[in-house]
Amino acid sequence: MELAIGIILGCCALGAGAAMIAGIGPGIGEGNAVAAACEAIGRQPECKGSVTTTMLMGCAVAETTGLYALVIAILLIFVAPDMLVNILLNAVK
Amino acid sequence: MPLVFGMVLKILFNPASEGISVSGALVYFTIPMPLQNLPITESQVNSALVIITIFFLCLYFTHGITVKAELRRQHIAEWIVKQTQSLVKTNMSDYFSGFAPFVAAIMGLSAFSSLMALLGLYAPTSDINIVGGWAILVFILITYYKMKCGPLHYIKSFGDPVPFLSPLNIISEVATPISMAFRHYGNVLSGAVISVLVGAGLQGLSNMLLGWLPGFLGEIPFLQVGLPAILSVYFDLFSGCLQAFIFAMLTMLYIASGFPEEDYFARRAKKTARSKK
Repeated sequence: MELAIGIILGCCALGAGAAMIAGIGPGIGEGNAVAAACEAIGRQPECKGSVTTTMLMGCAVAETTGLYALVIAILLIFVAPDMLVNILLNAVK
Repeated sequence: MPLVFGMVLKILFNPASEGISVSGALVYFTIPMPLQNLPITESQVNSALVIITIFFLCLYFTHGITVKAELRRQHIAEWIVKQTQSLVKTNMSDYFSGFAPFVAAIMGLSAFSSLMALLGLYAPTSDINIVGGWAILVFILITYYKMKCGPLHYIKSFGDPVPFLSPLNIISEVATPISMAFRHYGNVLSGAVISVLVGAGLQGLSNMLLGWLPGFLGEIPFLQVGLPAILSVYFDLFSGCLQAFIFAMLTMLYIASGFPEEDYFARRAKKTARSKK
């Protein structure tokens, strides 16, 4: 019984860690976006305001996939273990 | 002020806890309902407090305004109104010029909700239910403006550009409110979780490193000075305001891009021509 609960907790933690690998993608994408924005500002310093606004918007949209991974990781850490252990206990009864 | 009331409620209801604790919203009490019990949670109470605060701020800013601006608060109010109107004008077409109050309301509500974390209160935006409600409201607005040309035109828009892509179009339609809600909620919640983790980690580290100091000196977590404050400036101040701005911007862009403007005006011109005959 303790072994089963231990496996559940450990696998939830491992799954949360594996889900956050998705953080790589938004990191690279936002880096590219900011690099391009810096280039644009360097070329045309007079439209700095609109370039910055557009860059922030793009960064927020690119962040979304990373945030999906974050939500899944948080669910795995804070919600899933209780639920799975309850299911296991009910099944044993 | 209502915010003080929120703090008192928090102190009264919060069970004393030591060390690290990351929990959802506290449930103050539940109201029995015919279908399902309705829990009144901390996030609902806090967002109501934010609404009351913004209401009184609006009253304060617009109290005793004159044609020729003399008071300082009138200048602030005029600046806010001008900024939102120019924002709406640049991002949406002229047809939507009445949208400025709605956009300002969403922005103010979201920003003040996120800034509540600075006072040590539970930020309502780190609860998916609150942000999900806003996202559903925005989704209803988007659908309403897409339906302006009649339901047939709306259904036809799913078969664009080729009819067999319609399942993908339906999925992307449904994904809009989900992604909006998760974006705002995930940003605020990740900030809260990271702040708690860093605070607890620094406390443990300073206990380990400086625990040998005599008396009460060993119990003061010296390493907790500084770093959590910088993190709070980024996560609570910057990220909160940025997310409010982004939520409002996305609302405007989605509504403006979903509205079939040319078709709508062509249809209206046809209708007026027909009624004149």
